Formats: sequence, structure tokens, C-alpha cells
Amino acid sequence: MFNDSLKQLSERLANRAISSVELTTEFLRRIGKLNPQYNAFITVNEEKSLAQARRADQKIAAGEIGPLTGIPIAQKDIFCAKGWLTTCGSKMLSNFVSPYDADVIERFNQAGAINIGKTNMDEFAMGSSNETSYFGPVRNPWDAVAVPGGSSGGSACAVAARMAPAATGTDTGGSIRQPAALCGISGIKPTYGTVSRYGMIAFASSLDQGGPMAKSAEDLALMLNVMTGFDERDSTSLQREKEDYARDLSRPLSGLRIGLPREYFAKGMSSDVEKAIEQALDEYRRLGAETVEVSLPNSSLSIPVYYVLAPAEASSNLSRFDGVRYGYRAQVFQDLAEMYRNTRAEGFGAEVKRRILIGTYVLSHGYYDAYYIKAQKLRRLIAQDFKNAFKQCDVIMGPTTPAVAFDLGEKSSDPIQMYLSDIYTSAANLAGLPGMSIPVGFGDKMRPVGLHIIGDYFSEARMLNIAHQYQLITDWHQRAPNL
Amino acid sequence: MQWEIVIGLEVHTQLSTQSKIFSGASTAYGALPNTQASFVDLALPGVLPVLNRGAVERAIKFGLAVNAKINSPSIFARKNYFYPDLPKGYQISQYERPIVEGGSIGIQMGETEKTIRLTRAHLEEDAGKSLHEDFHGMSGIDLNRAGTPLLEIVSEPDLRSSAEAVAYAKTLHALVRWIGICDGNMQEGSFRCDANVSVRPLGQEKYGTRCEIKNLNSFRFLEKAIDFEVGRQIEILEDGGSIRQETRLFDANKGETRTMRTKEDANDYRYFPDPDLLPVEIAPDWIEQLRASLPELPQVRRERYVIEYGLSGYDAAVLTSSREMADYFEAMARQLPECAKLCANWIMGDISARLNRDGLDIAECPVGAAHVVQLINRIQDGTISGKAAKTVFESLWQGEHGQNVDAIIEAKGLKQMSDNSALEKLIDDVLAANAQQVADYRGGKEKAFNALVGQVMKAAQGKANPAQVNALLKEKLG
Repeated sequence: MFNDSLKQLSERLANRAISSVELTTEFLRRIGKLNPQYNAFITVNEEKSLAQARRADQKIAAGEIGPLTGIPIAQKDIFCAKGWLTTCGSKMLSNFVSPYDADVIERFNQAGAINIGKTNMDEFAMGSSNETSYFGPVRNPWDAVAVPGGSSGGSACAVAARMAPAATGTDTGGSIRQPAALCGISGIKPTYGTVSRYGMIAFASSLDQGGPMAKSAEDLALMLNVMTGFDERDSTSLQREKEDYARDLSRPLSGLRIGLPREYFAKGMSSDVEKAIEQALDEYRRLGAETVEVSLPNSSLSIPVYYVLAPAEASSNLSRFDGVRYGYRAQVFQDLAEMYRNTRAEGFGAEVKRRILIGTYVLSHGYYDAYYIKAQKLRRLIAQDFKNAFKQCDVIMGPTTPAVAFDLGEKSSDPIQMYLSDIYTSAANLAGLPGMSIPVGFGDKMRPVGLHIIGDYFSEARMLNIAHQYQLITDWHQRAPNL
Repeated sequence: MQWEIVIGLEVHTQLSTQSKIFSGASTAYGALPNTQASFVDLALPGVLPVLNRGAVERAIKFGLAVNAKINSPSIFARKNYFYPDLPKGYQISQYERPIVEGGSIGIQMGETEKTIRLTRAHLEEDAGKSLHEDFHGMSGIDLNRAGTPLLEIVSEPDLRSSAEAVAYAKTLHALVRWIGICDGNMQEGSFRCDANVSVRPLGQEKYGTRCEIKNLNSFRFLEKAIDFEVGRQIEILEDGGSIRQETRLFDANKGETRTMRTKEDANDYRYFPDPDLLPVEIAPDWIEQLRASLPELPQVRRERYVIEYGLSGYDAAVLTSSREMADYFEAMARQLPECAKLCANWIMGDISARLNRDGLDIAECPVGAAHVVQLINRIQDGTISGKAAKTVFESLWQGEHGQNVDAIIEAKGLKQMSDNSALEKLIDDVLAANAQQVADYRGGKEKAFNALVGQVMKAAQGKANPAQVNALLKEKLG
């Protein structure tokens, strides 16, 4: 049952093989068993989850069953959920119980899904290893000495360890795709503006995008069907007709043109990862796709550009955490300035402070043009690279990460090395393009490897189709760590 | 040395929308603290701003009214600084591309008109309020005002005296009320001025170092603050000192300005485009629709009153200081096009004085324009004297006799004696009883004539037409 797809779980619920209360209880038990070691969840609230499950069972009894009704979903702790502790992985919000639901949470509630718990994450989504969480690191279910990736490390771990059938994540520079790759699951960051950011605690507003993490592309499609849609409360939410992301799943891949960016395959990728990626590309060729070489000449700039723009926005977005209205406030201070200083010095972790400092610097008088404006111009060029590439291909593929999961503590003292784990993923955020990662095998130490798929704007259904066709002829996505 | 005063004003006008600029919370004034602060106004984690169309509409109307350029797109930017009543740690404002750019406003200085150029007008949100009393050594925060839509209107440094600054502020105040984008309530902070003041030797091209005086919420304070500041700056310069660029506060009790912060400790606001809000594109259709919806503007009316009714520039400016007053005047003048000046005098004289006495606005005047027209008609046709008209007006004000002018004249016996024979008899009686004065007059004492007029008027109990009395007396005294 823990390995069941969302569709299988829904069928069991529909034909009363199991109730939502039973299903929820099973997953809560598994969380109870595994979470002490893996630390995937910050908050579990049996009472709340079971109350939702009871309501779902009533719905099912009344014949009102949708694809996710009664199914437990793990929610990244970046999404505000009414009555739930919503910490964003930070001491700053360690006492914050949200009085309202994020749009994403509302949509899952509407769909009758069960919130099975709030997952651990890097503090304010700033990190690639989940080590910056105030609530302690998450461990990789494939190898407990390894990191799960980040920032949605708790969600990735929860799905990989089968503590939840599926989870939500957010992705600012790779925070869905990188942990999905490192934990051997599937994850998609849709086109910017597809999932509402209302109630999703902001890191870098122009880059942040919510998305699902699950075992398979098919499950991702069902999750996206619930999560997406126009929201008037988010001015960057796109006003488009609702689409069925599962509609193209069974489409054959013959004639598909896969673009392989020269720059992604040139250097930097470790050989174990390269091997798994080449094997996956061979599978695609067998499925009737052809590969073409494309070029993304500015791709080497995406990390520097990202680390100017994301901290700039973050430095402003995180100003509201000042100890005045909610969240953590320092105990000792003499005056207002000291209250701010002490609150923020004590409430934020080192990585968050580092990014606030960088962001404040690049927006400062005299540096703004040299950093922020220049980075915005380069961002345009990076997007233009993709536009050119998509003239020659339907999707772009490459590795999600340069290497498999590293060990806890291995990179935590070297921020630059840590930042480079997003080298392949952050460009999609800068361009606003959809990107996904699917498991395609194992590398060194039997740690998972992820294949990165970048599509053109609004091509999620096609990307899911491409991933699904691969998953029909392989079983990497069905592999689970033996826990 | 002769000094030239240079002033530019930044005026924050609160736009008259029902809800806030980026949230659905009400903007009504005077509610209990924090009862009109939504999750967005409180800056809870995860909330996002959504632009109020009504605020944009009002900004465009203003831009059209001052012949400015409406920028499309215009861009919202974040102004970053920490303060407890600024919940997000930044204010959403406009920086590099404001919605309104350029334009001008004409001000009337006596009989001359002067054009004051505008730099820009941009949309922004107001902050909340810090309350420093009654919290046992702590401060309270009221976020009801946080997120209230403001249009900050910035003038070029075209003003050359405190009088011009006040005239500009009053004209602007009248304009924003006229086009219905701001209620203009200065007590409630709906119209607040910051003045940038500097002086330079007359004839020098380069501007002097300026000081900004913040938050002047009455025309009187504006004038006093500028006058004080100008005096302060000239004194420093004449003593051989130099002006430090700084922000100053006006202390209304002491009538002086004092340093709030210097340029050195000014914040670096780290402006950058707000990624939560898209550039605001404005469809040309919408602009045209709004242009068509604008009422006839005060400037246009002012010019029309001079041409059409022959009023002086000054009178026309006073009458167009509010739309209600202009409408009142026009309702009268349409009936009495030949007596437009008289209509203007009534409004600017007796009516304004009476309104002031009761602290009323002309919109609340209990005597309608139609009644004043009847009243003037009765003066014109000689039924009553100008003096009696004041009595009738007061009676109209009190709502007596069903506000019927003729009934009031009748009931109060205010009708003039227009009958020559009755008046002649009265004059004969007066002349007979005042032989000495008659003799004095005939002996060359002009003053005696006035005394006789007075006697006749007294005998007539004020009902005689003075012009008629004059004529008849002259005739009889030969």
C-alpha cells in the first residue's frame, strides 16, 4: 500500500477497500516510526489529519470522490495552513500558527486531501541540503549519512521513505528538482505563475514557484491538477484556462526532439551521473525520440545571476520578520534598534543572514546598477538562450545535479560548493520555465540520479508525458529504500 | 543682499477609495485601532499585494486634470526601511516610472496668474501609526492607516514665496476635491504637505542647499513654517554660515522648525521594482473614458467667468476654489447674467461670512442659490433696499416664512416707499421740522444735506430708496 500510486489509492478508497481514516492512520504510524531518524516532518498533528480524514470518508460515502479525496499529502512547511504551526524551517517563525490557508492548501482541502504533516526544509528555503533548518537536518532515506537535498528536503524524504504518497514543494533555484533527484523521486516546478504564491512564504518572489513531488509523473499530473489555477490574490498568477495535466500521458514519443545543451555535458558532471543520464537518453532514443545538440551560451552565468537576484529579493521579503507583530522576538533589548538587531540576529540562521547581507549589498546605493540591474539584463539573455534552443528541440534534458547526494556536513562550510548543486536547475527559475526531475538510476554509493527535463512555457502536460513514457518502460521510480 | 526664496512642495493626498491600495480592508477614518488591518496590511508571512483599480483611476484623473503624461507601464517599487508602523519593512511606492509625469497647475496671485510645473505624481501606500502614550513605557501600533492609497504630487521648485506656496497648495487642494479623488480633509491627514525650501542671492542661477520640512497639515502651518525656515536660512547665510541639507520638523507651538535628520543619517532605501506587482499597463481607451468623465475643471471655469461674466481674475479664482461654490455661483449667474458681479459679491460677502459664522461649507448652505436670486431681483426692481436684503437673507437662513422672499418682505414690512407722493409728503414734513438745517444747507453747508437725508430715512423707517430720497431732496432744496 505504501508503494501504491495515487490512482491505486483512490481506487481502494472508492471501492471501500480502505477508509481515509485507516489510510491516514497507516501513514501517521509510518511517520511515527521513521521520522525520529529521518526528521522529514516539523509538525505532525494526528488530531487535525484524522479530522480531515473523517470528513473525507463522509464525502466518499456521499459519492463525492475526486482523484485526491481522502489521500494524505505532506505539505512543505513554507505553505501557511490555518491552525497549523507554519515555521518555514526558521526559529523566527518557530511559534507562528497561521490564521489562514495558502491558496495551495485551500485547493488540497477543497479536493478532500488530508494534510498529513508539515515537512522540514532549509530555513526560508535557502539551502540545497536541508542542513540550514532550525529544526535539524533531514536524512536521505537511501543513505542516512547523506543529505536529501533542499530546500524541499523534508518533502523529498517523506515521499522517498513512503511516509506520504506525495508532497508539495517549492522551487526558487532547484528546491523541488534537486531533492527529488537526490532522493530518487519525481518532482516538477511548473511555469512561473501557474501555482499561486498566496500563502507561500516568500523567498525570492520572481523565482519562487510551488509544485508537486511524488513517486511518478502520473502522480505529479494528478497533483498539478489540484494545485494549479488562477488566484486573484497573487498578481503574478496567470489567468489561463484550467488544464488537465494528465491528458497527454499516453502520447507516444516518436518524433520527439530532445535538446542536449553542450554546456551541460561539457564538464562538471561526475562520471556516475553521466553514465545514468546516457542510459536514460538511450531509453528515450528507443522510445522514438531523437537527440540534438543545442547551446545555452549564458548558462555559466545562471548561478552568479541567481545569487544576486534571489538574495536581493529575499533581503526585502524577510524584512517583515522584525519581532513586532508575530514570530520570534528577542528577550533582551534596550531600545527599538536593539530589539530589531537582537531579534534578527537570534531568529535567523547563518545562511539566511548571509543572503540578507548579500541582497542588501547588491541593492545599495552605488551598487544597484553594477549588480542588480546587470543581473536583470543577464536574466533576459538566459531566457533568450532557451527561446533559441526551443527552436531546435521540444524539451531540454541533462542531469538535475552534477553529482549524487553528498554527505551531511560535507559542504556546509563551503557555500560556493553548496550553491553549485543548483547549477543546472536555477536557469529554469530565471527564465520562468517549467522543469522537472525523474529518477533514472543510481550512481556512487547506490545514491539516486535524477534526469532534468526543461520544457517551454506551459508545456507541463507534454513534459509529464515524456516522463511517463519513460516510467512505463523502466522501474527506477518504483524503487524504494529498504527501511 | 537681496535673497530669492525657492520652494517646491510634495503633497500627499489620500485617495478616496473605499478599500486600501493593496488589500480589501476599509479605509474609513476613526475605527478602533487595528480593526481595519487585514492579513495583507499586517504583513503576515505569505501574503501578497493586489493593486486597487480605483486608486489607479484616481491617479489617472489627476494626471489628466493637470495635463500631465500618463505613463504606461508605470512601475511599483519597494522602499526599504525598518519602522514598527511599516509592517513589511518596506513601503510600496513608485520610483523610476511614476504613473503621472509632468503637467502644471495655474495659481492666481492677485490679478496675475502663475504656472507651477509639476515633476510627477506617484501612487504609494501609507504607513500605520505609532502611539507613544498610554502603553506604560511601550509603544502601540495602529495599522488601520497602513495601506491607505496616497498620490504624492511633487512640484518643481517654481514657488517664490510662502504666499505662492499656500496659493499652490490651496489650488491643488481645490483641484483634488473638484475632480473627486480626495476628500481634502486636512484634520484627518488626507492632504499633507512637505516643503523643500532654499534661498539664493537674487540673480544667482544655482539653487541654494535645501531643507525639507515634513508633514505640514494646514495652510497656516505651511506658511509659518516656510517663513520661519526662510528667515533661519538667510540669517545663517548672512552670518557667513552655510546650510546643511536636512529634514526638519515644524513645531506648531513654538512656530519654528528643527532638525529631524541630516543627510548623513538618511536611509539608503534600496529601491527596486516590487516583484509581487506587475508593471501597470493602462489601456488608451480607459484614459479616454476617464477624460470624458472629468467635470469642467476649475482652471477652465475661471477663465470662462472672466470672459463670460466679466469677473476679475481674483473673483473668478475665489469662486472656483471649490466646485460647490462655483456651482452655487453658476446657478445664480445663469439667472442673472447681467448682475454676475453682484452675485459674486453676495457669495464672497454675506453668504461666506454667514457660513463662516456657523462653520458651514457652501454645500451645506441653508439658503439655496434660487432664493438669493429672488432676493437680488427684489433689490434690482427697487422693492427693497440693499440693507433690507440683509434682513431678508437672515430670515431665509432661519427658514422663516417657508423661505419665500416676498412673504418675508411683506411680513417684515421691508418694502421701500416707491410712491413719489408719499415720499414727497414725508420730505416736506422733515424740511418743515428742520428749518435750521435747511438754512445751513442753503448757506453752503454740504454736511447739512446728509443730515436731512438721514432724517428722511429715519422717518421712512428705512423703507425709502436712498437714491430716490437724494433726488427728491435736491429738487426741493433747489
